[in-house]
Amino acid sequence: MLERVILLLCVLPVLAAQNCRPNAPEGHKVRLSIKTALGDEAYDWNENELFLFQSTMAYAMRRLKGQQFTVSNIVVCNETPRVSFWFVVTSPQDPSQLVPKGEVEEAVRKSRNRINQAFMLSDSTLEFIGILPTLAAPVEPPTPTWLIVFGVVMGLVVAGIFILLMLSSVQKKRKKNKIADEEEEDEDEGTRVQTPENGSTRVDYYNNSFADDERFTHM
Amino acid sequence: MRLVLPNPDLDLRIPSYTDLEKMDKEAKDRPQWDNKAQYILTCVGFCIGLGNVWRFPYLCQSHGGGAFLIPYLILLVLEGMPLLLLEFAIGQRLRKGSVGVWRVISPYLTGVGIASMLVSFLVGLYYNTLIGWILWYLFNSFQEPLPWTQCPLNDSKTEFVSECQRSSTVDYYFYRVSLNSTFSIADSGGLHPPIVICLLAAWTVVAICCIRGISTSGKAVYVTAILPYIVLAIFLIRGLTLPGAVNGIKFLFIPDVKELIKPSTWLDAGAQVFYAFGLAWGGLISFSSYNPVHNNCVQDAVILSVVTGLTSVYAATVTYSIIGFRATEKFDTCISDNIMTLTNAFDLPEMNITSSSYDAALSSLNVSYPDVLPGLDIQTCDLQILLSEGVEGTGLAFIVFTEAITKMPGSPVWSVLFFVMLLCLGLSTLFGNIEGVVVPLKDLKLVPKNFPPEALTGLTCVVSFIISLLFAQRSGIHWVALFDNFAGSIPLLTIGLFEMIAVVYIYGIDRFNEDIAFMVGHKPNIFWQVTWRVISPLTVLVILVFYLVTQAQETLTYLVWDGSSEVFPALTSVTYPSWIYAVIFLLAGVPSLSVPVYALCRLIYVCCRK
Repeated sequence: MLERVILLLCVLPVLAAQNCRPNAPEGHKVRLSIKTALGDEAYDWNENELFLFQSTMAYAMRRLKGQQFTVSNIVVCNETPRVSFWFVVTSPQDPSQLVPKGEVEEAVRKSRNRINQAFMLSDSTLEFIGILPTLAAPVEPPTPTWLIVFGVVMGLVVAGIFILLMLSSVQKKRKKNKIADEEEEDEDEGTRVQTPENGSTRVDYYNNSFADDERFTHM
Repeated sequence: MRLVLPNPDLDLRIPSYTDLEKMDKEAKDRPQWDNKAQYILTCVGFCIGLGNVWRFPYLCQSHGGGAFLIPYLILLVLEGMPLLLLEFAIGQRLRKGSVGVWRVISPYLTGVGIASMLVSFLVGLYYNTLIGWILWYLFNSFQEPLPWTQCPLNDSKTEFVSECQRSSTVDYYFYRVSLNSTFSIADSGGLHPPIVICLLAAWTVVAICCIRGISTSGKAVYVTAILPYIVLAIFLIRGLTLPGAVNGIKFLFIPDVKELIKPSTWLDAGAQVFYAFGLAWGGLISFSSYNPVHNNCVQDAVILSVVTGLTSVYAATVTYSIIGFRATEKFDTCISDNIMTLTNAFDLPEMNITSSSYDAALSSLNVSYPDVLPGLDIQTCDLQILLSEGVEGTGLAFIVFTEAITKMPGSPVWSVLFFVMLLCLGLSTLFGNIEGVVVPLKDLKLVPKNFPPEALTGLTCVVSFIISLLFAQRSGIHWVALFDNFAGSIPLLTIGLFEMIAVVYIYGIDRFNEDIAFMVGHKPNIFWQVTWRVISPLTVLVILVFYLVTQAQETLTYLVWDGSSEVFPALTSVTYPSWIYAVIFLLAGVPSLSVPVYALCRLIYVCCRK
């Protein structure tokens, strides 16, 4: 019995070590970019930080599956100066059994925010290779802003056109009355430039169009 | 001694000097400028348009930088200024719009005015579509974050939409969200509602500004002609404080004297001067005809040429400072991405490779792990390539500049400023356009006499809006490019050539000199004589011939943003379908041919009557 226990105790870490290696079938690679995220306030990566990672992962697995995962269930290996490493998750009931990749992914997705916050990092600086974060939807205001601005501009412009047309028709009426009064006073006006035979009276562009036409139609 | 074609009854058609003096003193039956400043601002606004921001800087940079200024300035003086004075003087002397002026010189020449009207109309159609796009971007600039900074998510919410992922957010926003462009000009795709609405807004704004002719547009130019200069100054100050701006300015101005030997440089310079001055559109003739008779048009022509030349250089500096900033930003991002790729692949500590040690690190890694590196996605980061990409036309404004703006702090403010500036530049050019369409319509007596002028302008805008719905389709961008290439280029050169021949050889250069002496007080000096008679017509003829020859030789292609193509995200070059040649003939051929065709028809009509 004692030998068995000793054998098991010796074999387990080896098994676990065998299970955790780069490109392990149930393993995930984690990569942290602490200096990029925090600049001067970056902390050093050491054993304590690794312990925090293991406990956070255990928390995530507990949250998903409800089983009593502990730090020893999160096996880490192949640490690099980059700050990247591989990990596998062993089942609490049977340490030789690995938790399938899909379940680990689900756990990570569910608690991603909490994991990020534990390290003061974000989805892009604490990367789980192979687990894509769900992206934030683009910000969209409830009413499209452009319609509001369009409405304002069009309102102003249409109002402006209306006002201009009203003003011009009011001006024309005033001029008509004024010219009608003046015509009663003097009979002939020979001050217009006599244009040659094919220089017809052009339609005057703006200023006295109707008034001048009246002068000619009287004849 | 002078070569003048026989032109009977010319004296009967044009007002004499005494008539002109009378007209000036008495009944003001033509609209007039409130003051000289309004006239100069209107002309400056007409000449300074979108092309100064997005065509000239590109030409300058691609034809040898600072060296391009040499052919540009030479041709500005030899080709642009004489034609400018010609149009100013003839309009001021004969007191009519473009059709009226040519008909008075000789009834056979009415075709020149008709051609001007057609060109102004066709160009106005697509130009206002550009204004519609600018309005769309302007309306969308009033939010933070700007909508072209974000990609929409795909259905599974794990990735961005493929087209956006592979190109960039600004590309996607322009080609897919704003225009929803199709992959071929033949594929219409139906109307795109946001663009229809923006086109409506554009034509309404133009209508209100032009509705009472120069009494409204003359007031509007105080804003539309001056505001761009202010905004350019603001952008210049902001641009120069951004990192990398100096790279852009150096790229723009570093001269490459070898480019001066190439004929294409001189041709492009000549063409740019011609279009930049708004010559042959008829608008300038019309504007000048509202001047008092003794206005010094010689001085005006020189002032306008100087202002246009200086503004082009000024706008180019601002544009390239912003382009330099964007290119430097992209270059730095490219290097950072490569560093991250290397760091991740080789599991090196962070910050081990910096941007200064990047090249050394890359080569040492290449030596130690020669088979690993090609497998990684290391992009080549080249600042020169980044500086020269997409920097012409709509690509400059809607892609490069919008991207640069997103990287500036306070982007919505800069975006609003930028698009307001473009809006003003475009509007002030359109005022001249509308003038060049509406006044000939009146002169040709196509409308009943009592038709109120407001209604004519309004009707022109409504009809133009309906026709320009062609550009509001999903294939609209391809039609805009087509019109841009063909509606404005050949007809304008042809009309310009005919104008010079008409004034110098049919109206008579002697008579013209006397007119200017009467109006201004002294005859134009030897410089004007030589340029009017020989140099300018020759320059325009050479440009026209070379242009026709080069166009006839190439198969015509256009650029398409197609997600399924291999070169994506770069634009794919597609050949036009064969029926496009008929459209091109309509666009370019009909206005150009209307000059000889009208003369011929009138000849036949006169002969038949006898």
